[in-house]
Amino acid sequence: MAKGKSCLVLPFLFGLVGALIVGWWLFPELLYSKKTQPIRFSHKVHVEDQGMSCDECHSYREDGSFAGIPTTEQCAECHSEVQGDDPAEKKFVEEYVEKGKEVPWLIYQKQPDNVFFSHIAHKGIKCTTCHPDVGHMDTPPVYYEDRISGYSKQTMKMWQCERCHARRGASNACYVCHK
Amino acid sequence: MEHKEFKVKWGMVIDIDKCTGCGACMVACQAENNIAPMQDGSDKTMTLTWMLVYELSNGKPFPDHEIAYLPRPCMQCGKPSCSTVCPVVATTKDEEGGIVSQIYPRCIGCRYCMAACPYHARYFNWYDPKWPKGLDKTLNISASPRPRGVVEKCTFCHHRFMEAKEKARYEGKDPLKLPEDAYIPACAEICPTGAIVFGDLNNPEHKVAKLAKSKYAFRLLERLGTDPQVYYYSKREWVRRLADNYLSTEKTKGE
Repeated sequence: MAKGKSCLVLPFLFGLVGALIVGWWLFPELLYSKKTQPIRFSHKVHVEDQGMSCDECHSYREDGSFAGIPTTEQCAECHSEVQGDDPAEKKFVEEYVEKGKEVPWLIYQKQPDNVFFSHIAHKGIKCTTCHPDVGHMDTPPVYYEDRISGYSKQTMKMWQCERCHARRGASNACYVCHK
Repeated sequence: MEHKEFKVKWGMVIDIDKCTGCGACMVACQAENNIAPMQDGSDKTMTLTWMLVYELSNGKPFPDHEIAYLPRPCMQCGKPSCSTVCPVVATTKDEEGGIVSQIYPRCIGCRYCMAACPYHARYFNWYDPKWPKGLDKTLNISASPRPRGVVEKCTFCHHRFMEAKEKARYEGKDPLKLPEDAYIPACAEICPTGAIVFGDLNNPEHKVAKLAKSKYAFRLLERLGTDPQVYYYSKREWVRRLADNYLSTEKTKGE
């Protein structure tokens, strides 16, 4: 009788463990490709060593829109020539500043085309509520790209936007965020 | 169906007596809202024209013959027929400003809304949008292009409303009390004769609020009860009479 029971339980356990491995580890591993930023940008050097504040680089334009990541031209205000001995800085100056090219930065929070996110409407909320806390990181985090949709894994989902809007009493009408 | 009242109600007053029928509003709309060049512009059942200029005629022979032109955007109805029939809530009227939304990724393309709209303001994407090489560089980043299989319509250039609110916030002003020139759709901006006036119908400082109350102002099929936010204006009685299905014994509104 006991032998008969283990015949049933053991294959079930193996199956369960196998399915969990596939679902929790193998599938995400296959679904997301890992990407690193084209330049190993160190926020730590800028924030901690140079004492710069976030809005010195990430600022609003005069029409109220958010400029996001600074352009190569803005970076070149300081980095027109190689300043330190970091190979990442040398690479940035040689490949982008001298050639006048923009860096194809990977945006962790990039939203789909039909979303109109207004940074200035969320001015009172801390950046790290939505963005990864990169301010003190020496190496930017790995970027996970969904192989099917092409979107970032870290991007904010609609239910997260809606939950925060509901809790704060902000409108959840479609056109508040969509275009 | 319950309908919402808004503090701000964006509206348009189109002066038909000023409209020359040039079609600049149609062109500006297509460019502003990323409407791809049509595959066959002669087949009007397949084309996308958020803003469409109709020709009206008084039906009399020469020398009494008269024509007028009627630009037709989405009416942004106070009680929209389209949103109540949508099975997937892809079109709603719930945002401050009273603009009827259309969410393309949510739309399943059933086209109930097109059948429900009494103004033929809604269009179906029969084809994938394609821009000839080079022309794709003229795409407007503020407007989201639509794929094949979904319905679209005029949004009063809603993205311009969003941008105007951002600018107001940057300048420390109230985004819900925009001045008259802070937000206007592309059609109203381009109209060479100034026939299209745009503003907040609830704000007495805006021109539209005053114009809409004129005895020469009227709306299309007003007695259906859709409560459109687009008003027309004409001093010509026959033009006003064409806007609704009048009985021969009835007097035209404004007479």
